[in-house]
Amino acid sequence: MQEIKREILISKAAELLESGVVDRVLGWKAGEFDYDVTPAMFHNADELEKEFVWNDFCGANFSKYLVNETGKSENKVLVFLKPCDTYSFNQLLTEHRFDREKVYAVGVSCNGMLDVNKIKESAESIASISMETDKVMVDTLYDGKITFERKDVLSERCINCKSKKHVAYDELLGEDGDVVDSSRFDEVEKLEKMTPDERFAFWQKELSRCIRCNACRDVCPACTCEKCVFDNPNSGIENKAAANSFEEKMFHIIRAFHVAGRCTDCGECSRVCPQHIPLHLLNRKFIKDIDNFYGEYQAGSEVGSRAPIVNYTTEDLEPGEAVERGDGNA
Amino acid sequence: MQRIGVFVCHCGTNIAGTVDVKEVAAALKNEPGVVFSTDYQYMCSQAGQNMIKDAVKENNLSGIVVCSCSPRMHEATFRKTAASAGINPYMVEIANIREQCSWVHKEMPIGTEKAIILGKAAVAKVNLNAPLTPGESPVTKRALVIGGGIAGIQTALDIADAGFPVDIVETKPTIGGKMSQLDKTFPTLDCAACILTPKMVDVAQNEKIRIFSYSEVTDVKGFVGNFDVTIKRKARYVKEDVCTGCGLCTEKCPQKNIPNEFNLGMDNRHAIYIPFAQAVPKVATIDPQHCTMLKTGKCGVCSKVCTAGAIDYQAKDEFIEEKYGAIVVATGFNPISMDKFDEFAYSQSKDVITSLELERLMNAAGPTGGTLLRPSDGEHPHTIVFVQCVGSRCSACAEKGKEYCSKICCMYTAKHAMLIRDKYPDTEVYVFYIDVRTPGKNFDEFYRRAVEEYGVHYIKGMVGKVSPENGKLKVQASDLIYGKQLHIDADLVVLAAAIEPDKSARPLATMLTASMDTNDFFTEAHPKLRPVESPTAGVFLSGTCQGPKDIPETVSQAGAAASKVIGLLCKDKLMGNPCVAHSDEMMCNGCSTCEKVCPYGAISYVEKEFRMPDRTTKIRRVAVVNEAVCQGCGACTVACMSGAMDLKGFSSKQIMAEVDAICK
Repeated sequence: MQEIKREILISKAAELLESGVVDRVLGWKAGEFDYDVTPAMFHNADELEKEFVWNDFCGANFSKYLVNETGKSENKVLVFLKPCDTYSFNQLLTEHRFDREKVYAVGVSCNGMLDVNKIKESAESIASISMETDKVMVDTLYDGKITFERKDVLSERCINCKSKKHVAYDELLGEDGDVVDSSRFDEVEKLEKMTPDERFAFWQKELSRCIRCNACRDVCPACTCEKCVFDNPNSGIENKAAANSFEEKMFHIIRAFHVAGRCTDCGECSRVCPQHIPLHLLNRKFIKDIDNFYGEYQAGSEVGSRAPIVNYTTEDLEPGEAVERGDGNA
Repeated sequence: MQRIGVFVCHCGTNIAGTVDVKEVAAALKNEPGVVFSTDYQYMCSQAGQNMIKDAVKENNLSGIVVCSCSPRMHEATFRKTAASAGINPYMVEIANIREQCSWVHKEMPIGTEKAIILGKAAVAKVNLNAPLTPGESPVTKRALVIGGGIAGIQTALDIADAGFPVDIVETKPTIGGKMSQLDKTFPTLDCAACILTPKMVDVAQNEKIRIFSYSEVTDVKGFVGNFDVTIKRKARYVKEDVCTGCGLCTEKCPQKNIPNEFNLGMDNRHAIYIPFAQAVPKVATIDPQHCTMLKTGKCGVCSKVCTAGAIDYQAKDEFIEEKYGAIVVATGFNPISMDKFDEFAYSQSKDVITSLELERLMNAAGPTGGTLLRPSDGEHPHTIVFVQCVGSRCSACAEKGKEYCSKICCMYTAKHAMLIRDKYPDTEVYVFYIDVRTPGKNFDEFYRRAVEEYGVHYIKGMVGKVSPENGKLKVQASDLIYGKQLHIDADLVVLAAAIEPDKSARPLATMLTASMDTNDFFTEAHPKLRPVESPTAGVFLSGTCQGPKDIPETVSQAGAAASKVIGLLCKDKLMGNPCVAHSDEMMCNGCSTCEKVCPYGAISYVEKEFRMPDRTTKIRRVAVVNEAVCQGCGACTVACMSGAMDLKGFSSKQIMAEVDAICK
């Protein structure tokens, strides 16, 4: 359960609408089920009171919505940002993808969001979900009430939360936390310890489930090209037939390269994947390697920072050294 | 559709020896777009070029593929041929079937197969080539020389002589470099100072030359003809234009036990100092590490005694920015550290010295006033052992020393031995060597004089160990010719330490994007034919920064570099490279990544209005390339995540077409 109450968010939004600071609010509303909370735009206090949702399923990162939203009006839009969202927010500003002047950012503290798939593993046919401080109560159609410990059904990205600190906001609701010394690279290390064959088998198994719905690309705050190479008829690859059964999965590998150095590790790709592919692991491997080769770098921790792979300093290690260092954890 | 002509060169037997050129020509005839294909003995000859011109006319060709040597060799030649035949020069592609094919393969079938593949790739590229036109850029008529040793001095004087302004940047408080520390010079034995200091004075008095001493280059931007250089002028705490160089301050300064770098720490200097009597500029410098006033704010003696009022304790480092058309690197060398050679007891005994230290001990302006005395007790040494190749030619112990020959040691050791025997005939001099290398005018004669006239004992073999014992140095060595161990009780041991490029060279090379070899010597554009040019246009090499060399060689290379600079600065405009970056506005998302990686500042951003498919308009931020400034390095094209940036003449599509042709 979130410490900051829904009412506080609503009254803040209503206040800003009322005072004319903003003319619309980017927030969450209920979906078909309790767990599929959906991004939505609110324009007045009534809409907010009726439909605004703030609970443990408000995982959506709104930063990317600002790219289009800020172009629609001269007025400011209010956006609610969790700590991890603020990194994407900064990264998009670094890349000049939206106008900061047209955004009023309200930071909201967050104690982690739930992964409904973990709940579904032991609770079929969910009717409703309610949340308490440490417990999650699930009403099912056929098996009655099932109670989970909150920590057992937290999403992976929240278990390995990298920061409780907001790196960008105009106003903050709740207490700001600190950058967390998380163990998010443990899973990458597991992959690194595999033999190349094992690793290939792992990724083949995971990626072969991909249905190319493009959800990961569409949600990714780092994927904001005017024309995606996979949609561009001039690229010569948008309709390319796969030469073998695995080649199609190059999509994910190309995408991981594409966002390397810019990925803030927000984890949206894995959240939205309908096939539950742990896509964030590809990106996290790049982050780990960049940290390892060029010193620690967190994309989006400040506006205007330069990713080491598109920056050059005389202290950078020579390619030969990089290969040597890479040998240990290739 | 292009109409492509393919011309396969035999290059005598260079290519035809390993590649069936007729088969290559026949195979390429079937490639898409190819309407003409032939082979000839020497495509680059007048007859070969005429053959291309005729074929263009007869077959109405729009593109040319020449299968020949490396494009570095003859791309320019064939582009000119194409231009004179009426085709855009950038419609020519070279398939390198010599360096990358015939020379590296031994068997005809393999060589032929690969040559056909390389030819196919070139044809695939020409199919996508478009005519390109180069732009022009102006030339800043000013040169920068980095390093004020004899190499830099000579280069600067020669450039200034042709009428162009030159700036010398030197890290030390004075110009002069290593040569100013030498005593006599081989093979004529004239005194180094006597021939160097007049040149230093010439530099100081030349109106075209500015000296930035005690300064370093901190940033280089731009490109040939248009470099923007930032020079850091370190605070010397003495106003250069006010100081008269009288030296009173250096006598009165109470901080006087600071090891004197100029004499390699064999005597002391004060915290305010002038490195040596003939220093240029002859201006004092305060060493901030040792000056009491700068450290504690209490002293100020130099300021009190300075009648000119030149002392300025508040001085700060200054940064100046200047534009240059050409840059000459003359950063020179240093002897390597003797830390890893403890078998020679360098760290244990003051009487084990390097050759450069011996230069100072024999120099009239040195710590002993020119009398050769042992550093430990000030006695005359009677037995002196010279050890050659200390750290040079170390293939087996590459971690310890250098693999290359330092080139100057054989000659200076002969000089030292000869001078010592001449001045102190009662001294026995032994030289232990691996080989004596004396190629050079009057060099071997010089060495033979040392052996034959001066009775220096040259012994082929290496010194294994030097151990200090009872004020003597026990030298254990082998004589390879007699096949026996030698034990010599020496008074002085002199090590011919290998030389290495100055430590400032590597960061400088990075700033200049000039390439270096594994030993940190600058690489020349061509080892034989372009020895004083760096592969980076507008950057030239002078002196030991390029490889070990003696003074005569350095001076001739310095002059050669100067003449190349003059040739460049004489031009009013430089023809640009049309293979520049270009941004597709429809794809660009304005992220600025390209702008940040561009080393030339060629990319800027504009807000531009676009009509959208739904007939609305949208203002977007997009990249614009300044084609006159872009050098076509391609950094932006790989950094661009949207694929909006592309390089004309090397577009991603062209390169993919080549790869596809190879993989087919």
